[in-house]
Amino acid sequence: MELDPVLIARLQFAFTVTFHIIFPTFTIGLSAYIATLLVLWVGTGQDRYQRLARYWTRIFAVSFAMGVVSGIVLSYQFGTNWSRFSVFAGNIVGPLIGYEVLTAFFLEATFLGIMLFGWGRVPRWLSVMAAIVVAIGTMTSAFWILAANSWMHTPTGHEIVDGIAMPLDWWAIIFNPSFPYRFSHMLNAAYLTTGFVVLAVGARYLLADRHPEQARTMIKMAVLLVAVLAPLQLLLGDQHGLNTLKHQPIKIAAMEAHWESDKPVDFQIFAWPNETEERNDWALSIPNAGSLVLTHRLNGLIIGLKDVAPQNRPPVKTVFFAFRIMLAVGFFMIAAALVGAWLLWRGILFETRWYLRIVSHSWWTGFVAVTAGWVVTESGRQPWVVQGMLRTVDATSPHGAPVLLTTLVLFVVVYAIVFAMGIYYINRLIERGPQGRAVEPPDQGSPSRPLSAAHDAGREALAGGS
Amino acid sequence: MGEWDLPLIWAGIIGIAVALYVILDGFDLGVGILFPFARDEKERDQMIGTIAPFWDGNETWLVLGGGGLWVAFPRAYGAIMSALYLPVIVMLLALVFRGVAFEFRTVAETSKRYWNFAFAGGSVLAAICQGVILGGLIQGINVKDGAFAGGAFDWATPFALMCGLGVLAGYGLLGATWLVMKTDSEVAARAKQHAKLLLLGVLGFMAIVSLWTPLAFERIAARWFVTPNIYYLWPVPALTAITAFMLWRWLEAGREIPPFMAAIALFLFGYAGIVISVFPYLVPWSLTIWDTAAAPASQRFMLIGTLGLLPIILGYFVFVFWIFRGKVRHGEGYHH
Repeated sequence: MELDPVLIARLQFAFTVTFHIIFPTFTIGLSAYIATLLVLWVGTGQDRYQRLARYWTRIFAVSFAMGVVSGIVLSYQFGTNWSRFSVFAGNIVGPLIGYEVLTAFFLEATFLGIMLFGWGRVPRWLSVMAAIVVAIGTMTSAFWILAANSWMHTPTGHEIVDGIAMPLDWWAIIFNPSFPYRFSHMLNAAYLTTGFVVLAVGARYLLADRHPEQARTMIKMAVLLVAVLAPLQLLLGDQHGLNTLKHQPIKIAAMEAHWESDKPVDFQIFAWPNETEERNDWALSIPNAGSLVLTHRLNGLIIGLKDVAPQNRPPVKTVFFAFRIMLAVGFFMIAAALVGAWLLWRGILFETRWYLRIVSHSWWTGFVAVTAGWVVTESGRQPWVVQGMLRTVDATSPHGAPVLLTTLVLFVVVYAIVFAMGIYYINRLIERGPQGRAVEPPDQGSPSRPLSAAHDAGREALAGGS
Repeated sequence: MGEWDLPLIWAGIIGIAVALYVILDGFDLGVGILFPFARDEKERDQMIGTIAPFWDGNETWLVLGGGGLWVAFPRAYGAIMSALYLPVIVMLLALVFRGVAFEFRTVAETSKRYWNFAFAGGSVLAAICQGVILGGLIQGINVKDGAFAGGAFDWATPFALMCGLGVLAGYGLLGATWLVMKTDSEVAARAKQHAKLLLLGVLGFMAIVSLWTPLAFERIAARWFVTPNIYYLWPVPALTAITAFMLWRWLEAGREIPPFMAAIALFLFGYAGIVISVFPYLVPWSLTIWDTAAAPASQRFMLIGTLGLLPIILGYFVFVFWIFRGKVRHGEGYHH
């Protein structure tokens, strides 16, 4: 089989961007959690908040480093692998990425130094400030990146001159039709993902009867957060879906594997789409529910895949199954959040071991849902890289398949090592726990009693650390 | 502002961003290059402790350089990144290894030595790749109809490799003089010896490039050795020589801060020499900054933000360098 350079370039981008998105998802949420903990510490004077904050800061540092280095790769990949996209969309997407660097990247990277190494050198308020600034920075970063990405889905505010997109109205470019939906859906996903990680870690400690005080704090905070955000995510996702139906109806058709334009349509719980015969081999569906779910009307019209020529359709199986994975994981998260809230309200959350056991193994849920969601939205836009304007096959750099294959293998090898070791080290930091060496100075060893640890931490805080 | 001066301003901004990157990440890559010479873990911790709070911010200038190039000169970005594809990718992967090593080695136990190796190896490889990229640019890129039209290994020439080694020595010098300033005891004493050796190496490479480029590239010879240019330009090599001499003297005299400043000045003179040689080409020798400029509306939109935000960014850079001023105290890190 002849190797297709476009396919390898796409595989390479899919691989590097998927690897990257895992870390910002986590660090956007974690930086906000750490800032919250530090504000609570200053507000209540309770040392457990500061100890938790510094414990999570170590984990944050490892994740952030992986996010930074994989992000730098992406910022260059537009030019190295997608130079025709860079030229076509550079006037629009370039400045948005540029503003991300100026308003967010520098902010995070610089204040991270204070956040990590400032204890003992700067006053306490500045350490707390640095954590807040980093949290705001990660959020701002998401704002610009999602503005750029959303423009590729729903481009507005530009004109095409000599085959190149030229900006006309920056407000319309940034606040393009899908941006508010995609941004809020993604930001909420980041906080939700981190909430489930914190919940899992807290549950893991409580089950092992380690650091019970910190574990309860983590579990309670996380349950309260996800009980609000998980149902909210369903609402945001639904609104995002309505927006997609309006602007990218073929993406919705692929998500639902609907071949014929019809009303009302069934809702597919599960199906096996057959792209060559343009139908589903079999399907398990709820009659007429599709229109209600997708359009919020009993008799809403859904455009079918057959409305467009086969070469203008996205890969149906990928989009359809990724969407099902996101939904399944999402509903599990909602159930886990609501059950947790109910147990908390009943006052038996910390004693319900079966629940703790389930959530202690659910740290991965957000990551899988986010990845699946991005596969839905990005594969659903195919064959376009900029919806309706530039096809993916016309966006590449002029590299041959052997060169691209070489770099793909390099990326896979390097990322596999870095990813495996990163997860291993994060797990080790979690294993050490908040009272271990992560917080205490190495020369003092780990204190045997929680009380003495709290005492030390208090003294440390009073002395300004070190 | 229009189609003539906007590209000029943007070339200036990107020029400054690249210069800042080269100096800032230069010294922390330099510390990585000198990493294998440390005797034990304590020394390695001390060395890495001098750069740990800064490296992330320093590396962000690389993103601004690349991002800025895309924003302001999309065609140049596309052509340069395609032409120098392999060295760019290898550089990025080297930076990946090196960047995660900062964090990983503080958590690692038995595998710590591998991350020490990754940190040093990544730093060396990134420095060489950056030099190769520079050399690949100076020797010119094969462009047709505004896009890259050469082969995947066009960049691989003796000249580019020589530039790679030159940048390696240069970053090593920046790192060594940084360590002289930021550490004490044996680490500082060894850094001083390294700085002297590396200074000689850097001067050697500067001399070779200064002779090689005008001989190999007629345009560069025409830029430097014609009247009246030669009258304006002779201070560049003269100042370089004086700076190198002072750097040596200051090292001999046991001064701690001036050698680092002199190393920065040396870099800036070298940089100025390259800019003088290739200006106004952004993609030598086919596309000038005006050929590749983005839409004036894009350059203007980005300029507003850049002019407003760069002073603030520089402000908090200075602030962070001020907070972490002075020698790195023993055992300072974030294990406590």
